[in-house]
Amino acid sequence: MSIGRAIPHESAEGHVTGAALYTDDLVGRYPGCLHAWPVAGMHAHARVLAVHAEDALAMPGVVTVLDAKDVPGENDVGPAKKDETLFPTEIVYWGQPVVWVLAETEEAAKMAALTVRVDVEALPAITSIEQAIEQGSFHTEPGVIARGDAEGALARATHTLSGELFVGGQEHFYLETHASIASVDEAGSVLVQSSTQHPTETQEIVARVLDLPKNQVVVQSLRMGGAFGGKETQANPWAAVAAIGCVKTGRPVRVRLDRMRDFTMSGKRHPFLGRWRIGFDDDGRIEAYDLELFSDGGFSLDLSAPVLHRALFHADNAYYVPHMRVVGRVCKTNACSHTAFRGFGGPQGMIMIEDAIDRIARDRGLPPSAVRERNFYRAGHTTHYEQPLDQADRVARIWGELKASSDFEARAGAIEAFNASSPDRKRGLAITPVKFGISFTAKWYNQAAALVLVYKDGSVQVNHGGTEMGQGLHTKMLQVAAHALGVPLDVVRVMPTRTDKVPNTSATAASSGTDLNGAAVLAACETIRERLAEVAGRVLGTDPGDLVFRDGVVARVDGHGPTASFAEVVSRAYFDRVPLSATGFYRTPGIHFDEKAGRGKPFHYFAYGAAVAEVEVDRFTGMYALRRVDILHDVGDSLSPLVDRGQVEGGFAQGVGWLTQEELWWAPDGRLGTVNASTYKLPTIGECPEEMHVTLLPRATEPGVVHGSKAVGEPPFMLAFAVREALREAVAAFAGRPKLVELASPATAEQVYWAIERLSRGGAVAEEAAQ
Amino acid sequence: MSSLRFTLNGREIDASGADPNTTLLLWLRERGWTGTKEGCAEGECGACAVVLVRRGSDGGARYVPVNSCLFLLASAAGQEILTVEGVAAGALHPVQRAMVELGGSQCGYCTPGFVMSLFAEYYRPGRAEEGFDLESIAGNLCRCTGYRPIREAGRGLPMIADGDAHADRLSRPAPASEPVDYALGARRYFRPTSLAEATALYAAHPDAKVVCGGTDLVVEMNQRLRRFETILSLEAVEELSGFDDGDDALVIGAAVPLSEIEARIGDDPPILAALFPLFSSRLIRNRATLGGNLATASPIGDSPPALLALGAEVVVAGPSGERTIPIAELFTGYRQTALAPGELIARVRIPKPYPSIGRFYKVSKRVHDDISTVAAGFALDLDASGTVRGARLAYGGVAATPVRATAAEQALVGKPFSREAIEDAKAKAATAFTPMTDQRGSAAYRAAMVTSLLDKLWADTGATA
Ligand SMILES: Cc1cc2nc3c(=O)[nH]c(=O)nc-3n(C[C@H](O)[C@H](O)[C@H](O)COP(=O)(O)OP(=O)(O)OC[C@H]3O[C@@H](n4cnc5c(N)ncnc54)[C@H](O)[C@@H]3O)c2cc1C
Ligand code: FES
Ligand code: FES
Repeated sequence: MSIGRAIPHESAEGHVTGAALYTDDLVGRYPGCLHAWPVAGMHAHARVLAVHAEDALAMPGVVTVLDAKDVPGENDVGPAKKDETLFPTEIVYWGQPVVWVLAETEEAAKMAALTVRVDVEALPAITSIEQAIEQGSFHTEPGVIARGDAEGALARATHTLSGELFVGGQEHFYLETHASIASVDEAGSVLVQSSTQHPTETQEIVARVLDLPKNQVVVQSLRMGGAFGGKETQANPWAAVAAIGCVKTGRPVRVRLDRMRDFTMSGKRHPFLGRWRIGFDDDGRIEAYDLELFSDGGFSLDLSAPVLHRALFHADNAYYVPHMRVVGRVCKTNACSHTAFRGFGGPQGMIMIEDAIDRIARDRGLPPSAVRERNFYRAGHTTHYEQPLDQADRVARIWGELKASSDFEARAGAIEAFNASSPDRKRGLAITPVKFGISFTAKWYNQAAALVLVYKDGSVQVNHGGTEMGQGLHTKMLQVAAHALGVPLDVVRVMPTRTDKVPNTSATAASSGTDLNGAAVLAACETIRERLAEVAGRVLGTDPGDLVFRDGVVARVDGHGPTASFAEVVSRAYFDRVPLSATGFYRTPGIHFDEKAGRGKPFHYFAYGAAVAEVEVDRFTGMYALRRVDILHDVGDSLSPLVDRGQVEGGFAQGVGWLTQEELWWAPDGRLGTVNASTYKLPTIGECPEEMHVTLLPRATEPGVVHGSKAVGEPPFMLAFAVREALREAVAAFAGRPKLVELASPATAEQVYWAIERLSRGGAVAEEAAQ
Repeated sequence: MSSLRFTLNGREIDASGADPNTTLLLWLRERGWTGTKEGCAEGECGACAVVLVRRGSDGGARYVPVNSCLFLLASAAGQEILTVEGVAAGALHPVQRAMVELGGSQCGYCTPGFVMSLFAEYYRPGRAEEGFDLESIAGNLCRCTGYRPIREAGRGLPMIADGDAHADRLSRPAPASEPVDYALGARRYFRPTSLAEATALYAAHPDAKVVCGGTDLVVEMNQRLRRFETILSLEAVEELSGFDDGDDALVIGAAVPLSEIEARIGDDPPILAALFPLFSSRLIRNRATLGGNLATASPIGDSPPALLALGAEVVVAGPSGERTIPIAELFTGYRQTALAPGELIARVRIPKPYPSIGRFYKVSKRVHDDISTVAAGFALDLDASGTVRGARLAYGGVAATPVRATAAEQALVGKPFSREAIEDAKAKAATAFTPMTDQRGSAAYRAAMVTSLLDKLWADTGATA
């Protein structure tokens, strides 16, 4: 049995020995490879008047400087619409590459790039959401999802509150920065090795800039050193530059961004501004919720529209709101183009209602956990876009089990006692839920294909459209294929993802990699197994329907009679002229959404979870520590428990980073001040709580998904809300029972300090907190 | 001399022909040793970690992990280096096995670095008694796992088996540091082994860029693309490697790696004992030095406030011998020191007895492996009656240089150590500085910390005294 077994990542041995190759490790395999380095425009907005590259061209080792004239096709790499000029005449964000130097070595390219002068005329820049709203600078029209009559219900509500929250963005900080290597063959076809989550789109963009049909471009994504959404669209420009350089020079070209350039030139999680009003009864039951969202899309549209949409879809989190209206709009600013990042807008939509519910609880003097629980979806409820919840009771089940296993009530009491005797350090404990919809909201993306090849010796290659970024997709595909063919894992090899094996693939995103590709791989393997069963039936003199394939042996279900090895059956099939390769295809059934009406079933199903976090805060500095975390998360029947647990823990840690110490800091002129690891702070081992209990929800079979499993990539990210709310509890503990505890996001030590200060000075802080 | 040889994964390597400005990481990757990764090129992520065989404080050979992105290739001359490719001997190493089995890798990009840090920890004498040291992996970032499985891999490491070839290697001495004079074209790299040679070379090459651990300088080379014609490395200078815990002073050589100081001082003085665990990460401390931290004169450097509070003196050596500079006079402006041309920092002298109360506080976004928003070193001398006889209150991150809040100090001296006295000191400190806003924190927060840390001092020491 390979399904459900806790096996290590299929490349784990390669990881620990350094043998596993990533795109930039391939440079040595391309003799004569040239190295590209960008010349960046140091303005948030400016017109390019002239580029002076003469000095650079005269330097030893420099081969050429790529500019717009070198683009055979369109000088545009916009994935959503054509709004991203690759070699720009107008700089639209600080640090945007203007031209690229190609040289024999990276050192020569870097040194030459330093000498290129770009003459510009500075233009006025929009560097914040507020400025964009003021100046009417938007990428989209407002999108709305509404149910009932929020306005009327707010007017009638027993109590109402309103609030505003700005939530900061987040840098993906995949450990492997963007990288591409392009080469060209004797027929003029281009092969691009790219660290991309979406090889098909990279292929499309490369074909666009080169003016080639797609069959002349092959993109391979070997494996990625992390991606998290940051390589869904944003790998394309670098692949395009490499391809253009390689077509111009006839030599392989490598583009690799160093950390600082990756930081400045690639988009991040969208910063959001939310303004809400909420109506509720004496018990804290929500009656109406009105939310207005603005996201900072940056300079181009990219994926901002669906990201905003997911924020609207998730504005309810796990709570039933009878009257609800959410409106959202994407702002256009002079920033890098913000993009997909684990959760894809969901977290930004959800954080608003978590803030609002905390306000309700404190206003009513109720425990926040009780108010959360009181508002959960129950059986028979539908979401604000009227999708029924098949497992509405699951949130409550997880909540109850987690509260018990984490000893929540007793610990809350102990913490109260601790806080009473500790004036300078306070602890906080909180529990928060997650409900997350699974499916691409762009319906056509919900399809996948696979190509399975069986060789005469019985060894197997699996190709599918998904890419491996560390999430363990290939590991799961290996398990699915080995299980379906009844062979040991080591007989199956999952191939690097290539556009010439499986065409027209979707991005590996939206947590859907396993659901979609798994079903496709399964279908392909089943086709082959059925053909082999026919063959084996003839060989073993048995009805094919009575045969089982297990551990590399084909035998009768009842265990009697002769058997044959998988390899023998395969060999026989070859001589019998039975085809040993097959494709598989899957499309998610039953999903639909009417955007105009804001109604439908956009999600195949929902994933659920909850987390409990305990923190301790120092009054003097606002610095804090995460003491203990308990998580109960629903992954359906886990295909691969080690992988799934890794996704839960890793997603959670990333969420904690977003909500606490990962702060992007833009200077007023639009320059990003946090451009490297020394100024932008990911969690380290020091932030990993000493006590961490993670459990996958038992008995959670998801019908209609491969082997009863559920998607796991994104949902755990939002479990980290528990940490934010625990911090808020600790802050509140410094001030008795305040009616309002405002906390900025990210809740850096500085912001926690100001939150405490605001309370200790009676709410009215002389606004020293210069953000 | 223009050859550059060292031992890499047990093989003799000739790296001649490389630019003295290049780093070990770039060279490794160019030569096909691609297991070692670049994640940041500034010493923050540890993806580039490699292990050196270096002499430990007891003279025995040790495995010491360092960031190869901040390690000049020329520094490798005569050294012995292990990369991730050199860890497994046939079968996976126990460290690798633990990482595989516990799910310690997801994308795998950080993994080689973790393996190297864990490898060094695996062979650390004292692991058997003290258990796994979490600090050993605090300089490695992972974006995928959330660390828990890696921590478990570390905690579950078995003891060293008999016949372990890597363990056997440590029974022989670490390579000695021979003098190096390496050139490629006009670019030169000197690594003298005596102070006389070092000052003479500096006099002969006044434009030479001095480097010691490289943890500041090579960051600048990587990030700002600075390149130097002549590099003068002090890391092998015998006289700068001393450590002398005498009766009237603790004297620390300018080139002693911070991790070694950390290991040797134990709990005393408390200001330094508190400083080192908060100073960057083990990977950095294995290379970073006090000389470099002082000479770079960053306003957010951590040792200056601590050494200001301790009333340290800096001994500098130049062409005409040595002189002593009180640390309060060392910092003359933003990133400027009182060092005259041709002078090097030789050692730091911390007078004894240590102050009766000493605290080091560091305010940062992240507890470990972060650079200060504000740092403070506070030292008080109380007499038997509890009256403050001396006070040194020093800060980093609030002005263009590390500074003392002298008016606040005066507000304490001669008074009983009391809440009132602290309030007076706070009032004086509050107006002493006008800090700036940057990505690490706002001016208002920094200003608030100036007084809040005095409250913390009181809560930690006075309130209970
Ligand atoms: C990831 C990371 C984290 C860091 N964290 C911290 C931190 O928490 N706190 C902190 O204070 N610093 C931190 N630093 C900065 C740095 O590590 C320290 O400043 C370190 O002490 C520098 O020592 P070094 O020997 O490596 O200096 P080098 O880089 O070798 O030299 C630094 C400068 O000093 C000069 N110099 C070096 N030695 C001498 C000498 N003996 N005489 C005269 N001039 C000399 C050099 O010419 C150079 O200009 C960090 C750096 C990194 C990369
Ligand atoms: S590459 Fe990040 S520490 Fe060296
Ligand atoms: S496994 Fe991806 S960064 Fe650690």
